[in-house]
Amino acid sequence: MTRQAFSAFALIRRGLSGHTSWHEQWRKPQPKPSYDAIIVGGGGHGLGAAYYLAKEHGLTNIAVLEKGWIGGGNTGRNTTIIRSNYLFNESAALYDHSVKLWENLSQALNYNVMFSPRGVMMLAHTVHDIQVFKRHVHANRCNGVDNEWLEPEQAKEFCPPLNIQDNIRYPVLGAALQRRGGTARHDAVAWGYARAADSLGVDIIENCEVTGIRKDAAGAVEALETSRGLIRTRKVGVSAAGNTSVVLGLAGVRLPLESYPLQALVSEPIKPIFPCVVMSNTIHAYISQSDKGELVIGAGTDAYTSYTQRGALHINTHTLDAICELFPQFRRLRMLRNWGGIVDVTPDRSPIIAKTPVAGLYVNCGWGTGGFKATPGSAHVFAWTIARDEPHPINAPFTIERFRDGCLIDEAAAAAVAH
Amino acid sequence: MLLITCPFCGERPEIEFSYGGQAHLARPVRPAELDDQMWTDFLYMRENTKGVYAERWRHARGCGRFFNALRDTTTDHFLATYKTGEPRPDVGGAP
Repeated sequence: MTRQAFSAFALIRRGLSGHTSWHEQWRKPQPKPSYDAIIVGGGGHGLGAAYYLAKEHGLTNIAVLEKGWIGGGNTGRNTTIIRSNYLFNESAALYDHSVKLWENLSQALNYNVMFSPRGVMMLAHTVHDIQVFKRHVHANRCNGVDNEWLEPEQAKEFCPPLNIQDNIRYPVLGAALQRRGGTARHDAVAWGYARAADSLGVDIIENCEVTGIRKDAAGAVEALETSRGLIRTRKVGVSAAGNTSVVLGLAGVRLPLESYPLQALVSEPIKPIFPCVVMSNTIHAYISQSDKGELVIGAGTDAYTSYTQRGALHINTHTLDAICELFPQFRRLRMLRNWGGIVDVTPDRSPIIAKTPVAGLYVNCGWGTGGFKATPGSAHVFAWTIARDEPHPINAPFTIERFRDGCLIDEAAAAAVAH
Repeated sequence: MLLITCPFCGERPEIEFSYGGQAHLARPVRPAELDDQMWTDFLYMRENTKGVYAERWRHARGCGRFFNALRDTTTDHFLATYKTGEPRPDVGGAP
């Protein structure tokens, strides 16, 4: 099957034949008996890793195994926020690597991922918030990451629906704005990577659950047992988000992860009213407007670990309390639907992109509540790690051993993430 | 919202409780004898079980006491709750 390029010219040409000549964007192959490398998990991170393995490292005899359908996990369940204003040098390097890839991703994949750098504004409601965010602004600038401080009036100018009066429980005292941040179309990221990887020869195999990891006498990976049979390979990259503990448990590897439900919800669609992304860590809400017109709203995780992909309603109502205080005109909006995904959270709220104690087994996990923004950067350095059997300089600090060695990248304490 | 049976107060809504993570993690008796890997296991490594999980809850907005629970993390169904110090009830699931 030849790859069909997407362009205005192609659209016109195929339009002349009534758009009947388009074919599927990627194949549905049967698993081969063996591959040079296998990625477990067909979300954005996994599909992206397969794409970069094929594109930049010349590994094309590879497969992505997905137990459900691609993009059906957290890639299709998040609130699509992209930013890189993290406090620590290690995080800033990783997330900004990702933002830079986002900026050209549509061109690189020949697929419109609808990256929209509309600005991410994080609200300060307390004196502590002001001090922390100003510290972030300065730290980010030292790392070449754009971030600027706004007074309440400037925040209101940037986001007119925002209520900056002092008649709310936690008035807005200012904001930190990253103009290069924004949103992207989450499904298109999975589909774009899948199509681009497929055209390079990668087999994307859906409905294929890994049920065992076989090791040879020396303890290295030699094959995967799956619901569609045994597949031999010497390299396995696991990118399974909330189910990472389960998959790596098959190889006897323990990880410092806990899996929590994270919910999001959208309103009924309305005309364009909301020009940017607004986040408030203090009163637990974040909001943007999709191109369909729905307000996309999210907040913190549920309290307990779970694999159910659903959470409790009081989490959502708590979030909506905050939204209605900040944007009183949304009080009469009806919410259309809500859902949950399972996020794998590390003790320091930074990811793990690393080799494991098992030779040939690599893991990309621990993205917690904020993995979507990192999709291209994470996939890029994970592919490097798998191909070269050593970390890229950007993900070198994000090991499993950092917990043993006391080298935490403690974004949890830095409060740079909504959690 | 979950309904959780506090062993001291009975069935109450989830918002009265706070979550305490994996249960039956005993602080090492001789901490000076542990190496870095053993401390890592104690401090950071969690079972994160997909299935029946023994976990701590605290009835924070009720009696204030900690207790343990067995919950199936694939359904959020509680199989049992029991007082701290009592052994894990035998209601299935891996230990």
